[in-house]
Amino acid sequence: MGRAHIARTIGDTLLKVDNVSLGFGGVKALTDVSFDIAKGEIRAIIGPNGAGKSSMLNCINGFYQPSQGSISYKGVVRGAMRPYEAARGGIARTFQNIALFKGMSTLDNIMTGRLLKMKRGFLWQCLHWGPAQAEEIAHRETVERVIDFLEIQAIRKTPVGRLPYGLQKRVELGRALAAEPELLLLDEPMAGMNLEEKEDMCRFILDVNEQFGTTIALIEHDMGVVMDISDRVVVLEYGRKIADGTPDTVKADPKVIAAYLGTGHG
Amino acid sequence: MLYREAGQFKTSYSADQGIFPILQDRIGMAILLAVAFVAVPLLASDYFLSTIFIPFLVFSVAAIGLNILTGYCGQLSLGTGGFMACGAYAAYKFATAFPELNIVVVFLLSGGVAAAVGVVFGVPSLRIKGFYLAVATLASQFFLIWLFTKVPWFVNYSPSGVISAPPREVFGWYVTGIEATAEAKYLFCLAFVAVLALVAKNLVRGRIGRAWMAIRDMDIAAEIIGIRPLQTKLLAFAVSSFYCGVAGALWAFIYTSSVEALAFDINRSFQILFMIIIGGLGSILGAFLGAAFIVLLPIFLSAVPQAMGVPVTTSTLAHLEFMIFGGLIVFFLIVEPHGLARLWQLAKEKLRLWPFPH
Repeated sequence: MGRAHIARTIGDTLLKVDNVSLGFGGVKALTDVSFDIAKGEIRAIIGPNGAGKSSMLNCINGFYQPSQGSISYKGVVRGAMRPYEAARGGIARTFQNIALFKGMSTLDNIMTGRLLKMKRGFLWQCLHWGPAQAEEIAHRETVERVIDFLEIQAIRKTPVGRLPYGLQKRVELGRALAAEPELLLLDEPMAGMNLEEKEDMCRFILDVNEQFGTTIALIEHDMGVVMDISDRVVVLEYGRKIADGTPDTVKADPKVIAAYLGTGHG
Repeated sequence: MLYREAGQFKTSYSADQGIFPILQDRIGMAILLAVAFVAVPLLASDYFLSTIFIPFLVFSVAAIGLNILTGYCGQLSLGTGGFMACGAYAAYKFATAFPELNIVVVFLLSGGVAAAVGVVFGVPSLRIKGFYLAVATLASQFFLIWLFTKVPWFVNYSPSGVISAPPREVFGWYVTGIEATAEAKYLFCLAFVAVLALVAKNLVRGRIGRAWMAIRDMDIAAEIIGIRPLQTKLLAFAVSSFYCGVAGALWAFIYTSSVEALAFDINRSFQILFMIIIGGLGSILGAFLGAAFIVLLPIFLSAVPQAMGVPVTTSTLAHLEFMIFGGLIVFFLIVEPHGLARLWQLAKEKLRLWPFPH
């Protein structure tokens, strides 16, 4: 329980969500949510279905604009922004329903994660020679390290559409890792996996956090996993924050128990 | 048995990322290039060169262009004919306004003009997708052809509206105009096609191609990993239109030796779309296979009944052609959306294992 025995450095606040509200017409997806994510920690966002967890991630990476409140990243309050600007700022994510590029191989999918770091211009790309080729090879080396790390060497050249679900999830994690993000958002990384695949995925998440010092924010429904791997947990219900703290305090919180198990009406 | 990659170890990433990583493919390509550059001009008659090989090469360039836009970037376009017309008319205007300009430069410049026009008509692609985008590009097709027919400036105020390509030479050989031999035209065309195909392959296997395919496969995920959708799509429109423009210029100057808007009507756009569907969406090889198929099928259809002694009228042939194309397109869309190129790839995979089942 807890991961205090592992020597990691959890630093200052990396991302701060201040009183964020998000509405779609009459539906309030998020109401007045505030929390922060510290550098180097694994932060879990949990809650029952429809609690607004994915909406929260979508706000963080610029896919939705909060209707009220603000999000500050690395101490700077962000204005309205597009997802590619968040990507440029070092935020990468994976999706609940896999969003891989189905027509491309595993290698090419992970290579797309390096796109932002590839700079050679159009004419060099036409030649695919000299500096452009050198750049391609340099990034290929980084991508091969990600492939080694995730143990997917054997499926390097396989089109991702042919891969089983668990491996597709792993390739998607690889694509996010290839961008060398500072903040990694994982939307239900273990949904639909069997026990063995979940254990693998947990190991990868912990290793990413420990070896690369990547800050991770994850949404997950498997409470066992969440309580084991995360440093702090924020709990949402009907778009409101009902609890925030270490796994142990959150677990003991009566509001959380009520949200998950229901309250007695006797 | 002969097609094995066993024992071919790659020790560097550059070897692994080559266009033809397997030795047999490299040998095959070298032989193909030798045949195309040496054997064909020596052996083929003028008639074959100018009715089969030259149109095949011109169509290949246009098909590569459309395949970049539709096959790689996923933006359906019905404006190919319009962009080809842009290239053809731009080449005519450049060639007549600056007679001393080298014809290669003229063709590249006219591709550039087509690219600029393509970018303008590509702007709606940020907002609209699929069939709606196809309709928007259809508008460009009709608008451009209308423009070239109605504005006499484009044809240098020629009263008939049909203009012939002026004679131009490369390295002392005439490649356009009446004096140009079929061999010279063919070799000029082939050199253009070889270079353009190589450039297209380089683009699609690098950073830019991956951004295009990412937009094609899932635009939302592409945006989240940092690809800017508008810039990426517009680049695809520009490159695609450049290829179509060069194809149009080659068509007008090398193939038909005359510039007329009618050659680039909506039927031309559909014809090139059929090429990439039959040949293979998202494949440079597919563009060549599709172009070869569409050029050769009518010839095949007219030759076979004659050889068998069955009398078939030309109108029946024309109808047969429509029916076979229609049937094949339905077949490919349902059974093998990646076309002939995918069938070729499957055949190679089978060949690697042959004669063993696994």
